Amino acid sequence: MMQQISILLVVLPLLAAPITALVRGKNLAWLITFVLTVVCFGISLWILMDVTTGRVIHYELGGWQPPWGIVYTIDSLNALVALIVSGIAAATMLYAPRSVEKEIPDHLIPMFYAMFQLCLLGLLGIALTGDVFNLFVFLEISSLSSYALISLGKNRKALFASFNYLILGTIGATFFLLGVGMLYAASGSLNMADIQTRFAEFENLQLVSTALMFIVVGIALKAAVFPLHSWLPASYSYAPSTVSIFLAATATKVAVYALIRCLFDVFPMQYWLEMLPTIMITLGSVAVIYGSVRAIQQTGMRRLLAYSSVAQIGYMIIGIGLINESGMTSTLLHLFNHALMKAALFMVAGIYLLRANSTELDDLYGLGKDMPYAFSAMVIAGLSLIGVPGTVGFISKWYLLEGAMQTDHWGVVIVILVGSILAIAYVWKLVEALYFAAPQKPRVQNVDSGSDTIAKSPMLMLVATWLIVIANIYFGIDTELSLGAASDAVRSLLGTGA
Amino acid sequence: MQDKLILRVVAKWLIPVIILFAFYVQFHGDYSPGGGFQAGVIFSSAFLLYSLVYGLESAIKVLPDHWLKVAACFGVLLYAGVGVVAMLMGGNFLDYSALASEPVAGQHIGIILIELGVGITVGSVMLLIFFTFARRVLPK
Amino acid sequence: MMDYIIGHINYWLIIAVMMVGMFTLMSRTNMIKKLAGLSIFQTAVILFYVSLGKVEDGTAPIVAEGFSTYSNPLPQVLMLTAIVVGVATTAVGFALVIRIKEAYNTIEEDEIRELDAKS
Repeated sequence: MMQQISILLVVLPLLAAPITALVRGKNLAWLITFVLTVVCFGISLWILMDVTTGRVIHYELGGWQPPWGIVYTIDSLNALVALIVSGIAAATMLYAPRSVEKEIPDHLIPMFYAMFQLCLLGLLGIALTGDVFNLFVFLEISSLSSYALISLGKNRKALFASFNYLILGTIGATFFLLGVGMLYAASGSLNMADIQTRFAEFENLQLVSTALMFIVVGIALKAAVFPLHSWLPASYSYAPSTVSIFLAATATKVAVYALIRCLFDVFPMQYWLEMLPTIMITLGSVAVIYGSVRAIQQTGMRRLLAYSSVAQIGYMIIGIGLINESGMTSTLLHLFNHALMKAALFMVAGIYLLRANSTELDDLYGLGKDMPYAFSAMVIAGLSLIGVPGTVGFISKWYLLEGAMQTDHWGVVIVILVGSILAIAYVWKLVEALYFAAPQKPRVQNVDSGSDTIAKSPMLMLVATWLIVIANIYFGIDTELSLGAASDAVRSLLGTGA
Repeated sequence: MQDKLILRVVAKWLIPVIILFAFYVQFHGDYSPGGGFQAGVIFSSAFLLYSLVYGLESAIKVLPDHWLKVAACFGVLLYAGVGVVAMLMGGNFLDYSALASEPVAGQHIGIILIELGVGITVGSVMLLIFFTFARRVLPK
Repeated sequence: MMDYIIGHINYWLIIAVMMVGMFTLMSRTNMIKKLAGLSIFQTAVILFYVSLGKVEDGTAPIVAEGFSTYSNPLPQVLMLTAIVVGVATTAVGFALVIRIKEAYNTIEEDEIRELDAKS
């Protein structure tokens, strides 16, 4: 029973997307998407509850046995990632109607929602599959739909950003495909578990190490790991706000998940232990510093947040590179926590975009005083980004510090501290602009439809934002769900205690 | 190109043959090389030829955009629907053996329906891509 | 040495095709040419997979009398999917190029960067 329900996470979006594309009327299209995302959220929560008891769900598509057929293997890690994706999708959809209405031309709205569902389908598919080629297919489904979604941004720069993302994303995917091909040539199998169990038979082949390199570089491009991040800031800052919320909170996280899955469950850990961890820690540290410094230099709110994402991905990569229980736990927790804080921050940016028609900081001077609810949500999410105790950001940073100290990586400890100070600087830059600066330009106080003043935030958008903000605080205090799933997953990844 | 007599006559003879070949590739696909992807592309190429020779407008009259969109979505739904029916009949998603009382018969039904869905979607999407591009780029 | 080169001729050719694609992709500023390079690059990977599945003297993998050696059909099936992905990518890419042309009135990347820097 549980098995049949788990596949619904992929089947439901597949059924709903073509129906939504045919629907006329934006409200119906939104309703279908909203119900779909809530159902997916419910299912993935249920699956997570089920697998944290230590059970692993196997689902053979078409009844074909592995290693011949495609199999979905769901353990705590898969379930956690699926929960992040569907949860953020549900919150985004609650937030969406007003902002989509404003940013997308009316006749394209049903198609927009259909595309959103396809993107959700791709991301959930990556999270569930246990087959490397299937992973490539889902990666491309999610990427192709996100190119289209990003290009719908109002500014013409969105088109160019989307084109650059398309070129780089396709190079990444093709590298991944090439790596999978080499792995297939060496092993004759595409099933992750099967490759790992028979790894000793072919581990000395040169082909396998080449395959590892291609796969790691390919996924790192999708995950925007430091030197390969150049597509990210432009894409996230010009996309429609609904899209930037969803993608910033999930797309790179899912790619980081794919990296973890390939490194630990396709190639055995011993195989790359000598080479990769140092590279990862170095690149991660550079990413933290570089991303934070560039974030401070930005003058646009969404661009600032996008560069901060580059820095946060750095923390995750450091966590993987530390190769110990605390480091890995912090990476998995940060997948979850960063999704929460970035979703909240981009949601606030979306509210300002809706009201002030801009997210450039000098257009927003002083708006925080007029919109106290949105502004305070931003402050709390910003504190979480810095890592103040009582918020989710603190938990993952704490584990990362612990992991770094256990392995005597004192450089990493310094990087984390400097990164946090820089984070204070860029969050303060937002607070200062929104609250303390006096408005520079005269602002039109009434929007087109009568009594609505510019400073009034739409109800649904505020509700969605505050739900996420409350989750930011709640999971910072009661860590049972996220920490339980993360440490469970880490134990099975590192093979320490079953 | 409406005034090129040879093109018009040859295309008139060629188009039915191409469509027939597409159907052959589609429905003989479970015994020999072929299947929905190839058949869909071949099928759409017949209409591409038609619109190149007789003009875009007349091709759109034959296959209006809206119906192509419906067909593309219907193909995906057929694909997913077969999978769901298999689930309802007690198998896994896309487990064709569960579709009929005998596994072999079930496999045949399943693969023909699935490939039909793929063929319809691929054919109509190829045409949609062509029409959309052609209308956007051609001077009005 | 000569045997090694000739024995792996398919891989040498594939690497050559791949490099042609990569070079076009990186050295051109014209977006259409970039997309062409991307397609060539993807095609090289497709060729790589297909040549993996070839078995010497193998025929199409259909059970028939008189044939006992078959090529591996799996890579070809995988590439069917990859070709579809490639077609979709190219279509999305061209659609973007058309809209960029309408918005900027150019498809040269350096000119677009200049226009972006001004606004």
